[in-house]
Amino acid sequence: MMNSNRAKIRWGFILFFIPVFLWLFLLFVLPHLELLRMSFLGTDYYGKSGFTLDNYAAFFKEPVYWLTFVRTAGYSIIITLIVLIIALPVAFYITKVVGVRAKGLLTLIIIVPFWVSVLIRVYGWMIILRESGIINQILVGIGLWKVPKEMLYTDASLIVALVHTNLLFMLLPIIGVMDSLDDSLIEAASNLGATKLIIWWKIIIPHCMTGIMSGSIIVFMLVAGSYITPSLMGGKNSLWFTQQIYNQFIIAFNWNQGAAFGFLLLFISSIIVWLSLKITGQRLSEVVK
Amino acid sequence: MIRTLPNSKTYRIGYSVFVVVYFMFLFAPILIVCLLAFNNSNFPSLPWYGFTLDWFISKGPRRVGVFYHAMNLRAIFTSLRVALGVSVLSTFVGTCAAFLFGQEEFRFKKGLYLLMLAPMVVPGVILGISNLSFANSLGIFLEKNLGIDLRILSPGLPLVVLGQSSFITTFVALVVIAKLKKFDRGLEEAAYNLGANRLQVVWFITLRYLRPSIIGGAVVAFLLSFENFNTTLFLIGSTPTLPIALFAQIRDGGSPVVNAVSFLLVMGMTIFSLVNLYCSRATEHQ
Repeated sequence: MMNSNRAKIRWGFILFFIPVFLWLFLLFVLPHLELLRMSFLGTDYYGKSGFTLDNYAAFFKEPVYWLTFVRTAGYSIIITLIVLIIALPVAFYITKVVGVRAKGLLTLIIIVPFWVSVLIRVYGWMIILRESGIINQILVGIGLWKVPKEMLYTDASLIVALVHTNLLFMLLPIIGVMDSLDDSLIEAASNLGATKLIIWWKIIIPHCMTGIMSGSIIVFMLVAGSYITPSLMGGKNSLWFTQQIYNQFIIAFNWNQGAAFGFLLLFISSIIVWLSLKITGQRLSEVVK
Repeated sequence: MIRTLPNSKTYRIGYSVFVVVYFMFLFAPILIVCLLAFNNSNFPSLPWYGFTLDWFISKGPRRVGVFYHAMNLRAIFTSLRVALGVSVLSTFVGTCAAFLFGQEEFRFKKGLYLLMLAPMVVPGVILGISNLSFANSLGIFLEKNLGIDLRILSPGLPLVVLGQSSFITTFVALVVIAKLKKFDRGLEEAAYNLGANRLQVVWFITLRYLRPSIIGGAVVAFLLSFENFNTTLFLIGSTPTLPIALFAQIRDGGSPVVNAVSFLLVMGMTIFSLVNLYCSRATEHQ
């Protein structure tokens, strides 16, 4: 009985394995290997193509490339921190301050806007912030400002929009772990005279660390890899690294250079994910849940 | 600090103000976009000139509403087709993956599982360029060596479907795996004992049990595909999907028609999430 069963299970295994294998190898592994190969290819003056490190060298030689890279990584970290600072009190409010009934409703309300496409939310920010936008019309209308100011296409507007579009990915994991925090721990600490700051620092944040880490990783990756928001709201001379990739691929048609940039972006985001996993001692398979 | 502890009045009020401001921040851009779809003005901005439905139903020639706007209608239709393709493909493969990782034992299972998770943490832009490069190289290779010209490998909708599926399948697989973990394998054993073979068991027992989560996965895949931009950007040919078409219009400053399209999308999403909520409540009560 057992033996015949096992033979049939292997058959099922093949049935399930082939589509998964085709998917992962044809649509993921091989494309990335091809991208890696292309990033090491280049054409010399005679039009012959061959192995070269030029594409990576260009990144370090041209300040505009690595400055964009540093800028993207730096802003992604800053935005992740801002998102975290906003998300913590909101998550606390939803899980610990309001009643149980309001909790469900509030959770629903914070999720709904995130079903709306990033494009539409960025468009909303453009309408609000631009020179002929809502804020300018109101402030000039009531006489606070004499002339309208262009608030779009600045780093500040870019940060606002990126924070807005990525908040949920921090909120949900934190709400998840904060829910499991026992209220009596906070009560006990409070009874023993701990201040709010100490309770946050010693009890709430350590308890929520897993959620904070997975939220931060997701937000960082999404921000560093975002394209819509920087290209619609960023300044003319402040590119995002994804735009450099786009420029190389679609505008300059230099796929080898673009491939090298792609790998650099992949590299920095993997390094940051790996580092934050190492620091907190977690595993990828736990975080992505 | 929490419900059970006493707080000073200023703290409570301050906290509530913070939360209210947060929710305003959350909803302001969306509400503004929706509101301006009904403004009787040729520009998507205030002041308010009065209510109009022109941007939905006007036939032109001065104002063309979204229901007569050929470019946007075509883009919506394209997106629907792509999303349908992606949800069929990724639901099939994702369900296979769920069975593979949920029920089969084999060497390197852990490694393959990590590999399956990887597409989720690779930026969409990179998935786009890697699939573009690979398809292009493969196309050149096939044409040079075998003389086959595969249209599917040049930028266009089939390539968009494949590229989007490369990461959306992972989401479907995770949804189905979560459900499969709760499955009682005793049911399968019972079917085996009654003489069913593996295929019959999968078809009549396990898939029946998984059906809600497979449908859920398909819906998630549809939505993810419908609003995907980053991966699509590199794989699209001459027929834009809705996000690509909207992006081009928004970059040029937008127009009330864009607001009207956005309003329809927001409504669609809201109704969807309410239905979704209602369904999940209903299954919980069963």
